[in-house]
Amino acid sequence: MVLVLALGDLHIPHRAPDLPAKFKSMLVPGKIQHIICTGNLCIKEVHDYLKSLCPDMHVTRGEYDEDARYPETKTFTIGQFKLGVCHGHQVIPWGDLDSLAMLQRQLDVDILVTGHTHQFKAYKHEGGVVINPGSATGAYSSITYDVNPSFVLMDIDGLRVVVYVYELIDGEVKVDKIDFKKTATTHSAH
Amino acid sequence: MMSEVAQDEEKWLGAGIAGLQQNAFYMHRALDSNNLRDALKYSAQMLSELRTSRLSPHKYYELYMRAFDELRKLEMFFKEETRRGCSIVDLYELVQHAGNILPRLYLLCTVGSVYIKSKEAPAKDVLKDLVEMCRGIQHPVRGLFLRSYLSQVSRDKLPDIGSEYEGDADTVVDAVEFVLQNFTEMNKLWVRMQHQGPAREKEKREKERSELRDLVGKNLHVLSQIEGVDLEMYKETVLPRVLEQVVNCKDELAQYYLMDCIIQVFPDEYHLQTLETLLGAYPQLQPSVDVKTVLSQLMERLSNYAASSAEALPEFLQVEAFAKLNNAIGKVIEAQVDMPVAGAVTLYSSLLTFTLHVHPDRLDYVDQVLGACVKKLSGKGKLEDSRATKQIVALLSAPLEKYNDIMTALKLSNYPRVMEYLDNGTNKVMAVVIIQSIMKNNTCVSTADKVEALFELIKGLIKDLDGTFDDELDEEDFKEEQNSVARLIQMLYSDDPEEMFKIICTVRKHILTGGPKRLPFTAPPLVFSALKLVRRLQGQDENVVGEEALATPKKIFQFLNQIIEALSTVPTPELALRLYLQCAEAANDSDLEPVAYEFFTQAYILYEEEISDSKAQVTAIHLIIGTLQRMHVFGVENRDTLTHKATGYSAKLLKKPDQCRAVYACSHLFWVDDQDSVKDGERVLLCLKRALRIANAAQQMTNATRGGSGSVTLFVEILNKYLYFFEKGNPQVNIAAIQGLIELITTEMQSDTSTQDPAADAFFASTLRYIQFQKQKGGVIGEKYEPIKV
Repeated sequence: MVLVLALGDLHIPHRAPDLPAKFKSMLVPGKIQHIICTGNLCIKEVHDYLKSLCPDMHVTRGEYDEDARYPETKTFTIGQFKLGVCHGHQVIPWGDLDSLAMLQRQLDVDILVTGHTHQFKAYKHEGGVVINPGSATGAYSSITYDVNPSFVLMDIDGLRVVVYVYELIDGEVKVDKIDFKKTATTHSAH
Repeated sequence: MMSEVAQDEEKWLGAGIAGLQQNAFYMHRALDSNNLRDALKYSAQMLSELRTSRLSPHKYYELYMRAFDELRKLEMFFKEETRRGCSIVDLYELVQHAGNILPRLYLLCTVGSVYIKSKEAPAKDVLKDLVEMCRGIQHPVRGLFLRSYLSQVSRDKLPDIGSEYEGDADTVVDAVEFVLQNFTEMNKLWVRMQHQGPAREKEKREKERSELRDLVGKNLHVLSQIEGVDLEMYKETVLPRVLEQVVNCKDELAQYYLMDCIIQVFPDEYHLQTLETLLGAYPQLQPSVDVKTVLSQLMERLSNYAASSAEALPEFLQVEAFAKLNNAIGKVIEAQVDMPVAGAVTLYSSLLTFTLHVHPDRLDYVDQVLGACVKKLSGKGKLEDSRATKQIVALLSAPLEKYNDIMTALKLSNYPRVMEYLDNGTNKVMAVVIIQSIMKNNTCVSTADKVEALFELIKGLIKDLDGTFDDELDEEDFKEEQNSVARLIQMLYSDDPEEMFKIICTVRKHILTGGPKRLPFTAPPLVFSALKLVRRLQGQDENVVGEEALATPKKIFQFLNQIIEALSTVPTPELALRLYLQCAEAANDSDLEPVAYEFFTQAYILYEEEISDSKAQVTAIHLIIGTLQRMHVFGVENRDTLTHKATGYSAKLLKKPDQCRAVYACSHLFWVDDQDSVKDGERVLLCLKRALRIANAAQQMTNATRGGSGSVTLFVEILNKYLYFFEKGNPQVNIAAIQGLIELITTEMQSDTSTQDPAADAFFASTLRYIQFQKQKGGVIGEKYEPIKV
């Protein structure tokens, strides 16, 4: 069992002062094995904070990130899953599921994590999964109105991944759970 | 290696102990055989060892303790002697025959103790006699130990209230009188000690004196233990007499120690009730006395006392503790002209802690303290003393920690005035502390006036003080500082849009003074604050907003235009372009076509004139296309102009693959799902074909330069775009085109010259799999895909 934290679009300090205190108290070092960050952190302090939670970080570049070393896309393997990350401002129309599916085919991954829209989404596509963890700070977005802060925890176990969505609604943390199973037929090509 | 003096001292001590033990041995023998005469003789000889002047107080104490133990045995003997019929009065007379005065007085005190116990004479008479007789020893060390002995043996025999020695003739007044007199004499001896011996050994002597201080202080402890010393007596007799001695002795060491001792040994409630008397002594102390420490300790004790019980609080009010302390501190500072600034500030800092504890509701007191501090600092310019600076930071931090609310500090008129005296570096540190306090407590600053006051307070971070930029400053530190200001801007919020707009304008005024180095940090948060306000107004009916209203979307957009323009001249064109596009989209949502067009124009100008890095251009063009794709406010003409430009930029990117990707992304500008007016299949196809041509060119280029055709990735990407529009029902994108593209890619991949690219292979495989997947779906989609052969 591997726990993966996925989050992004924090936009600190441009659009939000900090992560919500309730999230900070939940995110403690030592529990998470990998962090996936879609980008727009935007400053080093936030990077350092995430790194303190878990040193194994996969970050891609958002359009407001000061750190130019983050790649545009990144792929890696956790257990039996191949994962891909991309901020998403490069995928036009923004947040468009069919276009994201194309990126998923291009990166050839089971799970694609993207951001940019500040809206939580998780859906199955041709046996793969596309996840948008939303904005961890509930930052203002030109695309989405009334953004609630949210992040995602993925519990990867064998061919199964359970996606927990944590959303802060009116000061209370709500948790939702979505279950995905990787079917053996997918990716028979390799 | 021990020094010669120390070695000598050891030798003398050894000799003293040997003599003492030898005589004690004979004394014991005499005691065992009930030989009073011999007992007195040998005990007097034993005590003669204490006549030495050669030992330091430390070593003398060792000798004294041995004699003390022996005297306990002698005392027991005297007691038995009286029981055997020997008259205590006779004994009292007898011991006075000892030849030397010091042994005589020790013996007298020992017998005196038994005398009091026998109650054959009033305790007060014996005590008075003893304390007077002890005057016979004027050598400081010997006198101090003798009187210490007297104090020790008489402690449990004072005619205190409830004591068995209390009687008609003996009252607690006598007990107090005795201890006070002994204290006074001891203190005199102690003070005089400094004048004994050569001047060059003064330092050593002061150290030795310091070791003896507890002998003197012990008397105050005894006083505090006397039951009969109630508040009345403390106020009327004890405190005035003790203070009189403290003030009159004019000795720095004694004054410092005894003032502290008074505070420590007597109850807090006594201090509170005698505050005026106690405080009255401070300005009379020697100028060299470290008054601030003692006075701070007093205030700390009183604060703790106030915190310990709610019942104590009315007392504080009743005696006007704050006013008295404040007054006393003023006088002390006035009296001690040489007191360093740090000392004065420490005093004010303690007083502030006191008032925060005792009178948390009295903000005026806090402001008074700060005001007094300003008065002390005025005319001195910026502080350079690091200790004083540290104290000021403590002084300014205290109210923040107490109230957990910056709003309270903003009400203190003297708060910013104190900050003025900090050097620029510390001023910034303090500003960061203030911001951290706001962040930690999640304080919302909700009016423009408060924002104004707050920015005045933290101006060290907002602009270059004294008009100079600190070049020394570490870049990381500067970033951190400015980011904290950016975070702060998020905390400035009012529910009332008009007030919010005022807040935003206030912030702009301040951050524009920050110069080009700060603006890239401070402008974005302000821009987003304003955009949030625009969105709030969006829901409102235009009519509800009165004609007088300042906060209209149009006005805010003007404001935004100005602030981003300032940012673009920094220059930070990439950031400014992003913000212009954000504004354009917000204007779109507010149905303001000309405004949105203007923002796009600004973004385009920046793109054309300022953004030259090819990688930055790629990101910028994607942001332009992405935003433009979402715009629905534009009429045909404006839209055409903007899309035309965007496609033009795309085709002019430096690298062919980037060109290709940007151009096929432009296809989305002509076909928008939720806009019926934007469904131009023809132009979509034109974009895709153009992308194909560029992909071809890219491949030929690789062919020419690397000898072998390049990757087919771009073709697979375009194929996916074909499929996308095919699925969306674009009539121009047909089966034949898709089929042609699939075959092209297959051929390319099979050609001998093509570069191996596993990623492209996998991409193509998953695309074909997708086609299969869609075929199997059945229904409309399945039917659509059916003719495609893979």
